[in-house]
Amino acid sequence: MTNAMRKQNLLVATPITTLAVQQAKVLALPQRKLTRPAILKPALRRIAAVTLPPLAVLAVLLVIWQIAASQAGSSLPPPTQVFTDSRDLILHPFFDHGGNDKGLGFHILASLSRVAIGYSIAAIVGIALGSLVGQSVYFMRGFDPIFQVLRTVPPLAWLPISLAAFRDGQPSAIFVIFITAVWPVIINTAAGIRNIPQDYRNVARVLQLNPFEYFTKIMVPAAAPYIFTGLRIGVGLSWLAIVAAEMLIGGVGIGFFIWDAWNSSLISDIIVALVYVGLVGFVLDRIIAFIGHVVTRGTAVN
Amino acid sequence: MQKPYLSLSLVNKSFQRGQIVSEVLKGISLDVAKGEYVSLIGHSGCGKSTLLNLIAGLIPITSGAVILEDKHVRGPGPDRAVVFQNHSLLPWLTVFENVKLAVDKVWRSENAPTRNARIMDCLNLVHMAHAKDKRPAEISGGMKQRVGIARALAMEPKVLLLDEPFGALDALTRAHLQDQVMQIHQALKNTVIMITHDVDEAVLLSDRIVMLTNGPAATIGEIHEVKLSRPRKRLELVTDLTYIRAREAVLKFLYERNKFVEAA
Repeated sequence: MTNAMRKQNLLVATPITTLAVQQAKVLALPQRKLTRPAILKPALRRIAAVTLPPLAVLAVLLVIWQIAASQAGSSLPPPTQVFTDSRDLILHPFFDHGGNDKGLGFHILASLSRVAIGYSIAAIVGIALGSLVGQSVYFMRGFDPIFQVLRTVPPLAWLPISLAAFRDGQPSAIFVIFITAVWPVIINTAAGIRNIPQDYRNVARVLQLNPFEYFTKIMVPAAAPYIFTGLRIGVGLSWLAIVAAEMLIGGVGIGFFIWDAWNSSLISDIIVALVYVGLVGFVLDRIIAFIGHVVTRGTAVN
Repeated sequence: MQKPYLSLSLVNKSFQRGQIVSEVLKGISLDVAKGEYVSLIGHSGCGKSTLLNLIAGLIPITSGAVILEDKHVRGPGPDRAVVFQNHSLLPWLTVFENVKLAVDKVWRSENAPTRNARIMDCLNLVHMAHAKDKRPAEISGGMKQRVGIARALAMEPKVLLLDEPFGALDALTRAHLQDQVMQIHQALKNTVIMITHDVDEAVLLSDRIVMLTNGPAATIGEIHEVKLSRPRKRLELVTDLTYIRAREAVLKFLYERNKFVEAA
C-alpha cells in the first residue's frame, strides 16, 4: 500500500459525522491485588542486597583465616579457637570481678568517657580557634604555621610531656585525645569560615549584625559542613589515639586491656578486643556523620 | 529647589593594588527625590555595581559624599536595603526565617506577634506566603528573588537598592517580577535605585534613567527622564511614543556614543 492510499483509507474509516457521535467509554481496569508476599518480597530483596555481600566477604575471610591459622606452627589462633578461648568476653561484656578484671563493655565505657571529655574540649576549642583564624588574616598568619607544625606531631609523642605536666594518667590521656582531635577541627573550621560567600557577609553588614549574632547566625551555619568534616576526622583520630595512650597509662580501658592480654599471652582476647574497638570506632564515626547530616541539612545544596 | 532625599556629590572611587591605582568612577553627582525610581544602566564592567555598593556603604568612597536625608553614608545599614543579584538567601533558613532574620534585627523593639505580622505582610506582598516553610533550595530562581525583595522591604528602607535583580531570570519570570515590583513601588512609594542592563526594563520601571559612560573612570553620561504616567501597562506602552523615544534615547547612548569596548 502506498502512503497516499493509506491516507485515503484512514479518511474513509473515520468520517467526520461518526466522529462526533462516538463517545469514549470509561473502562475500569481490573485492580491488581497486592498480596503480603508481593509487598514483602521487594523489601526483603533490598535488605538482602545490602547485607549479603559484606556477610559473604566476611565468611570468605573467616574461612581463609581458619585455614591459615590451623596450619601446624601457626602463631595466631583460628576463629573457632578465638571463640572457645574468649567465650566469656564475647558473651558477657559486663562482668566485674574487681580490679582491672572487668568485661570488655566496662573497658570500652572507660575509654569512651576519656574520649568524650577530650573530644568535647577539642571540639569547643577547635571551633573557637578555627573561627578566629578563619576570620582574621593576622591571626591566620600568626597561628597557621604553628598549627601546621604541631599537627604533625604523633599523638603518643605528647604523652610524656603531658604526664610530666599533669603528673597523673587520667588527665594525660584526656590531653592526648584533645591534642589529637583538635587540629582537624581547627583547620576545617577555618577553611569553612574563609569560604563563607561574600554575599552572606554583605547581608550581615546591611543588617548590622553584631559579632555575636554574626557568629551564631551566619558563620557557624555557613561553615557547618566544613566543621562537621573536621569533627568527623577528629573523632576517628581520638579513637585511634586512646588505645595507644591507654596502653601506656594503664588502669581500666580498652587499650590497657589489649596490652594486658598481650602480657598474659591471651591472643584470642586481643582479637576480640580489636573487633570491639573497630565496631565502636565505626559507630562513633557514624554518630558524628549523622549529627552533621541533621544539622547541615539544606546547607550543602545551594 | 527642594532638598534632595538622596544626594551623591562628586563621588570618586578608585581601587589600589600595590602601585597600580585604577579609577573606576569619577565625579558622579546625582540627586534622587523621595519616592523616585531611578535606574542605572551601562555596559558591563563600567562600575554600576560599584556605584550601588558605594550607596549601600559596603565599600568606602575614595572622595566625594553620599548623603541620605542630611546624613553622610559611612557604612552599610538597614536604611539602604540591598537586593543582591543572586538573591543571597541563607540556604539553611526557611523563606520565613530568612525574612525573620532581617525583621528581628531591624524591629527588635517590637513584640513577637507584631514582628511575625511584618514578616507575613512582606511575604504576602511578593506572593510568597504559601512557601514560607520551604528552604531556598526548594524554590525557583524567581521565587528566591521575590523572597530577597521581601527581606529588603521588611527593613522598610529609606532607599531600596536593586543590583540587577532580574538578571538571572528567564524572560517570562522577569516580566512577571517587574510587574510586581511596579505594584509594590506604587503601593509603598519607596525610593528605588536599580541596576540593569536591560533597556526595556529601565524604561518600563524608572522615572529617570541614569546612563553611565564606559570605564575606566566612568561617569554619568546622560540622564533621561521617562515621563510616563503610572500605573504603567507593559502592553499599552509598546506603541506609546514617549516609551519609544525613551527606548531610543537609551539605545543610542549605549550603542552609538558609548559602544562597548573590549577591555584590553
